[in-house]
Amino acid sequence: MFHAILFYLFAAVLVGAALGVIFSRNPVHGVMFLVLAFFQSAVLWLLIEAEFLAIVLVLVYVGAVMVLFLFVVMMLDINVEEVSGAFTRYLPLGVLIAVLMVTELIQIIWFRSAGELTGAGFAATPEGYSNTKALGSVLYTEHVYSFEIAAVILLLAIVAAITLTMRKRPGLKQQDISAQVAVRAVDRIRIVKMDAEKPDAGDQS
Amino acid sequence: MKSLIPDFILDAWMSVWGLLPPLMQYLVETTFWILVVMISVILTVAFTTYFERKVIGYMQGRIGPNRVGPLGLGQPFADVIKLLIKEVIVPQKSNRFLFIVAPLLTLTPALATWAVVPLSDTFVIADIDAGLLYVLSLTSVGVYGVILAGWATNSKYAFLGAMRSAAQIVAYEIAMGFALVGVLMAGGSLNLGVITEAQAGGFSQWFILPLLPLFFVYLISGVAETNRAPFDVAEGESEIVAGFHVEYSGVAFALFFLGEYANIILISALTSIFFLGGYLSPFEGWTFLGEGQLLSFLREPSLAWLCAKICFFIFVFFWLRATFPRYRYDQIMRLGWKVFIPVTILWIVVEGVMAWMRVGPWENLAG
Repeated sequence: MFHAILFYLFAAVLVGAALGVIFSRNPVHGVMFLVLAFFQSAVLWLLIEAEFLAIVLVLVYVGAVMVLFLFVVMMLDINVEEVSGAFTRYLPLGVLIAVLMVTELIQIIWFRSAGELTGAGFAATPEGYSNTKALGSVLYTEHVYSFEIAAVILLLAIVAAITLTMRKRPGLKQQDISAQVAVRAVDRIRIVKMDAEKPDAGDQS
Repeated sequence: MKSLIPDFILDAWMSVWGLLPPLMQYLVETTFWILVVMISVILTVAFTTYFERKVIGYMQGRIGPNRVGPLGLGQPFADVIKLLIKEVIVPQKSNRFLFIVAPLLTLTPALATWAVVPLSDTFVIADIDAGLLYVLSLTSVGVYGVILAGWATNSKYAFLGAMRSAAQIVAYEIAMGFALVGVLMAGGSLNLGVITEAQAGGFSQWFILPLLPLFFVYLISGVAETNRAPFDVAEGESEIVAGFHVEYSGVAFALFFLGEYANIILISALTSIFFLGGYLSPFEGWTFLGEGQLLSFLREPSLAWLCAKICFFIFVFFWLRATFPRYRYDQIMRLGWKVFIPVTILWIVVEGVMAWMRVGPWENLAG
């Protein structure tokens, strides 16, 4: 009962936040609604005791991806009118994807409820069962190859992104960090010994 | 306890308590402990500001605050009252809602992280298995307050401060995360209590010894994460006035202030837990010292040890601030990406070898 109330509460906020992403006119507000949506889905995952996935969702998406998103959105001074024009242009595609998703979800629920899971809900995990440990032991033993391949693909993406931005331009000034660190006071200033200038005695007139 | 509260009140309370459903009992109890921890943190923040001004004062050959109350101990409260009665000015062209929400977004994660911090061997509000991940995710959420404050203010200085802070925090978070990978390899768990217990057995068992480079990386990244000197380019008085909180005044500014110091205390607490055995005593098992009451108390794990370690790290924060000039921005970025991340990755490999050879904390590793 208590669980259900919490679920519907957070689900309602999630749907509201998702709508906010689409309908907010200001792109920064849109990004913040998306952050809220991620938080709400993390809470929903917590409710089904998938605490590892929930925390990682917050860590990766809210803590890293959305910060960079926000960074870019703030830097680009996006014209609000253009954005609202884009909304109607992409509407058919969005509706198509939404319809597909809804159909799939209904199918899953349909087949599930046709099976033995009717009304059973989620079985509570036994005492002392650690979601994180279970995921880790499966990921690093049974699925170790697919895990490694995914890691290599991600690494490839990072290297590719860096190479795309690396280009040599003529006249580019670069810092030589080791030279900067190795510099000593002697290289930069020269201490000169010279006699003090005395005012000429005959110059007073 | 009994003498303070009359028996009939206690009896009445117990009978009312028994009537409550278990869920309600749980809620009341947890809320009570949350309030206790939160108020202690906020009071600590108040005296941390006093401590900072005294430490920096003495380091610079000054006396520091000494007017309000004995030894100037009333100074933090005078400051709080001053900030509370000042007017909150919201710039006309700013984004009102985000402008008000931003300080709350910096403070909330700093306070919420205390839920998983084991304060003594018996007390932790939420004993969750993925505690370390929870800590990481909440510290990464803290950056939103700074970015949004900078953007919502709609001022060039504030925006520059926010951009600097965002890039810096994202960079140092990675080094911090990698340093914690080392900690969890040594501790064998994500639960902060288990990590602390893995360091039981006196000073020689603390993770600071096998993980010394990671300790320094974590501590310095912590300083950078909290935007403190020498990494305080997000505020950089000499270049961008006060950075992201340039337009904040009164209570809104006080919240930023509170958030910053709560973060300092939090990083100090986490560093003590991950590398210095948290609430454990450095003299654990030193029975040859004698059996006096004080001596045996010093050997016991207790909240006092955690507090002492936290105070030491808070002092280190102020020491750094009084000692070092501000980093140049490109140097900050270089340190984060090109020095700390390679160091942590290298040390994770070293740790792998250590675990394989069964030395240090991996001595009794099974399997």
